[in-house]
Amino acid sequence: MITEEESNIKKQTQDVSRTDGKIVVLETQIERFSRLNRMLHVLMIISFISLALTGMTLKFSYTGWAVFLSKFFGGFEFAGYIHRFAALIMSSVFIIHIIDLLRIKRKEKKTLKEFLFGPDSMLFSRHDLKDFIASLKWFLGLGERPEYGRWTYWEKFDYFAVFWGIFIIGSTGLTLWFPEFFTQFMPGWVINVSTIIHSDEALLATGFIFTVHFFNTHLRPEKFPMDIVIFSGRVPLEEFKLDRPKEYKELVEKGELEKHLVEAYPLIVIKTIKVFGWTALIIGFSIIIWIIYAMIFAYK
Amino acid sequence: MKSYFFWIKITNSDCSLFKILKNILISLICISVLSVPGYAQENSDCMSCHEDNSLSGTKKGKQISVFVNQKTLTSSVHSGIDCISCHVDLEGSDFPHKEDVGKAQCTPCHDEIKTKYDKSLHGKAAAKGDPLAPMCQNCHGSHNIKQVKDLKSLVAPLNIPDLCGKCHKEGTPVQSQRKIDQTNIIENYSESIHGEGLLKKGLIVTATCTSCHTAHDILPHTDQRSSIARSNIANTCAKCHAEIELVHRKVIKGELWEKEANVLPACVDCHQPHKARKVFYNQGMADLDCLGCHDNKNIKSSDNHSLFVDYTLIKNSRHANITCSQCHSGVSPSHLRPCDSIIQKVDCSSCHAEIGEEYKLSTHGILKAKDDLNAPACLECHGTHNVLGTKDSKSPIFPINIPDLCAKCHREGEAASVRYKGTETEIIKNYTESIHGKGLMKSGLTVTATCTDCHTAHKELPHNNSLSSINSNNISSTCGSCHHGIQEQFEKSIHSPKVNKTEKALPTCDVCHTAHKIIRADSEGFKLKIMDQCGRCHEAISKTYFDTYHGKVSQLGYTKTAKCYDCHGAHDILPIENPASHLNRKNIVQTCQKCHSNANKQFAGYFTHATHHDPEKYPWLFWTFWGMTSLLIFTFVVAGLHTLLWLPRSLQWRREIEKRKSLKDDNADNVEN
Repeated sequence: MITEEESNIKKQTQDVSRTDGKIVVLETQIERFSRLNRMLHVLMIISFISLALTGMTLKFSYTGWAVFLSKFFGGFEFAGYIHRFAALIMSSVFIIHIIDLLRIKRKEKKTLKEFLFGPDSMLFSRHDLKDFIASLKWFLGLGERPEYGRWTYWEKFDYFAVFWGIFIIGSTGLTLWFPEFFTQFMPGWVINVSTIIHSDEALLATGFIFTVHFFNTHLRPEKFPMDIVIFSGRVPLEEFKLDRPKEYKELVEKGELEKHLVEAYPLIVIKTIKVFGWTALIIGFSIIIWIIYAMIFAYK
Repeated sequence: MKSYFFWIKITNSDCSLFKILKNILISLICISVLSVPGYAQENSDCMSCHEDNSLSGTKKGKQISVFVNQKTLTSSVHSGIDCISCHVDLEGSDFPHKEDVGKAQCTPCHDEIKTKYDKSLHGKAAAKGDPLAPMCQNCHGSHNIKQVKDLKSLVAPLNIPDLCGKCHKEGTPVQSQRKIDQTNIIENYSESIHGEGLLKKGLIVTATCTSCHTAHDILPHTDQRSSIARSNIANTCAKCHAEIELVHRKVIKGELWEKEANVLPACVDCHQPHKARKVFYNQGMADLDCLGCHDNKNIKSSDNHSLFVDYTLIKNSRHANITCSQCHSGVSPSHLRPCDSIIQKVDCSSCHAEIGEEYKLSTHGILKAKDDLNAPACLECHGTHNVLGTKDSKSPIFPINIPDLCAKCHREGEAASVRYKGTETEIIKNYTESIHGKGLMKSGLTVTATCTDCHTAHKELPHNNSLSSINSNNISSTCGSCHHGIQEQFEKSIHSPKVNKTEKALPTCDVCHTAHKIIRADSEGFKLKIMDQCGRCHEAISKTYFDTYHGKVSQLGYTKTAKCYDCHGAHDILPIENPASHLNRKNIVQTCQKCHSNANKQFAGYFTHATHHDPEKYPWLFWTFWGMTSLLIFTFVVAGLHTLLWLPRSLQWRREIEKRKSLKDDNADNVEN
């Protein structure tokens, strides 16, 4: 049953490198995310957490936590600068991603239709609906685990949630940033409305990312406590095979698997990634606890 | 007879001398009826002998001249009166009459004066047979009596000091042998303003001896009926110095001065008798008398406290020109110990009458009146002999020293703070840390507010007393005594009781600024606190303020954002209909522009007190909020369910992966082996 490719892989995994006197077996891994995407995600995390923390201090300004954090950020005024700076970073991440997509489209010489509706597209397709229904069946014990492909439906949802969020929060944020400009052609109460939308949409975004997204990617038992693929960009091949059998099969069928195989990162890199990941997770959970506290126990 | 007709003519022309006329008529009747030869009853009969200037007679065995100068007699007021009218014991006597004639009698005509005289010091002495006691003729003369107006009269004002001086100047038997308290009377008088006026300037309306002592009912000052008794002296002086109350009103409340002259300093306390001058006098004499005993460091009272008086303290004090007896009133200079008649404690209000009245109404005064041992009287704050006034930095009432002075009782734990049941605590500590306290005590700014500037120095009253300077109706003018500009603004504002006739309690200065903690209005602490202060009354509107950007930011301790007073004004808050209001249609954009320099009319339409809980007033906000909230709930419900359902399957899947992995590892091991 062992294919030729697989035996090659096996050989590779038996290569041994010595670091710090420890014998580490370097697995063969498959690369899922480009270097740029990984970098963008790191920037996204940093800017998102900054925005969440500085923004929440204002939303929940009636809590002692908010006052403490505001002071931690160098006072409200400085927290405001951080918020706007982080917003610029996030917007840049968004713009760079769009440019990157266009670049890939050109590189792969695809038409817009092929690019948007091709197999690796992030856009929802009929297959996602099938996957979703199959997943629900699996959840209810009515079927096997669906064979997920390159992007699952929940990943696509998260991806577009960011699009939606950037549009809603970004646009209202701009009116709050430049009220004097926007009121030249809008009534003053629009600023009040913007405030509500900006703040509640932000609450939705933070709430969703730090609970649902965290669970979907990191906390579900198969990945617990953390899936570092978004930082390392690579997954052990064995894990990949089980997690996304459809994609694996397709890669094998196309004979493209070899193209995506890479070596695992050395331990020190993994450790650094984990420290960063844990930090982000802990901050995220703290924000959730803080929101629950502020909304339920300290609400005025 | 010729001469009688002449006299009738004269007396007719002088109708005012009714008594003389009467006497003349009597004489006429006497002459016509009793004109018997051999009786010396006519003046000419008398004069036939007494005209002789060598004529002598005996009186009480002494050889005396009995010459009567006709000229003198006719130029006197008694000209034309029969000799026997006065020499009554010669009436109807043989001619020549007996030796040792009795005294001429004034009584038949001047009986009223005689009664007064009899009651007077002089009269009583005469009745006792005192050889030094003056009789009528000692002052008025005998045949040469002239009208008082006549400058030649012995009792003409100009001559009176000399006349009285005959007995009362230094060295006379009266002055040395009789009990006269005053010394150098005539010398002093002649140097006094009265004496100088009379004797040097010939001002005959000025006071002479008789102006004060009276002419005939002279009594010692210890006699209550005396014109110079303490209780009467004011009236005596006021005979001439009628308007003197006005002059002294500042010093002595006019009414008291007349009614209760006995408890107040008498004129003579300041203007020493006989020495009276316009200036304040060198009164060292009296003080020296006191110091005779009180200069002794060992002098003690019966209850063993020191009675030593450090005179240098007094001389360096505000009372340097005040004599001991002015404060320690009731001395009797005639006593061996003049102070033994002092029964009252020093009463400062005898000079400081207005302050005394204020004090009586104050809490301190009321407590003192109840004999509260802790209640401060004058000396607790001002000291005793070392009264220094407000401008001397060593004085306890120098502005910088006032907080310490008040602290003696009002510091936490001290008597007054224990008694006080109000809301203020740590009064002294808070004041010291306040803007006023720092200004005063750290920067030495003496014009800054101390305790007494707000509470007054002498009429301190609790705030609930309507007369109190810190009563809510008065507090703006109390603060306004320094912060005048703000008072003007405030009194036109909606918070002023002069403008707003509401039943509700209006804020006063202390409501926002506190009473004692007062901090700089530009300090962060104050700026942040003010929103709570406004919120105490404007509860709903302040809550909605905290729902909007400005409120939220300020809750984070950021002070550069708009706070209540940035938009509404601080002291000049006016209803928005008022064209001067900061929030009036015409002004609101300008108000926003204070921070938002590019603000426009639509910008000003931002709801600074918006709430998304009011669908009537803010439908847009309400529906946006609920729209967003629904989206949020929906998303979380769907995602949450998805996750919850996923969890058990995921666990199962993990176990399966582990199983497969171990199987594979076993296989691999087997392969290798």
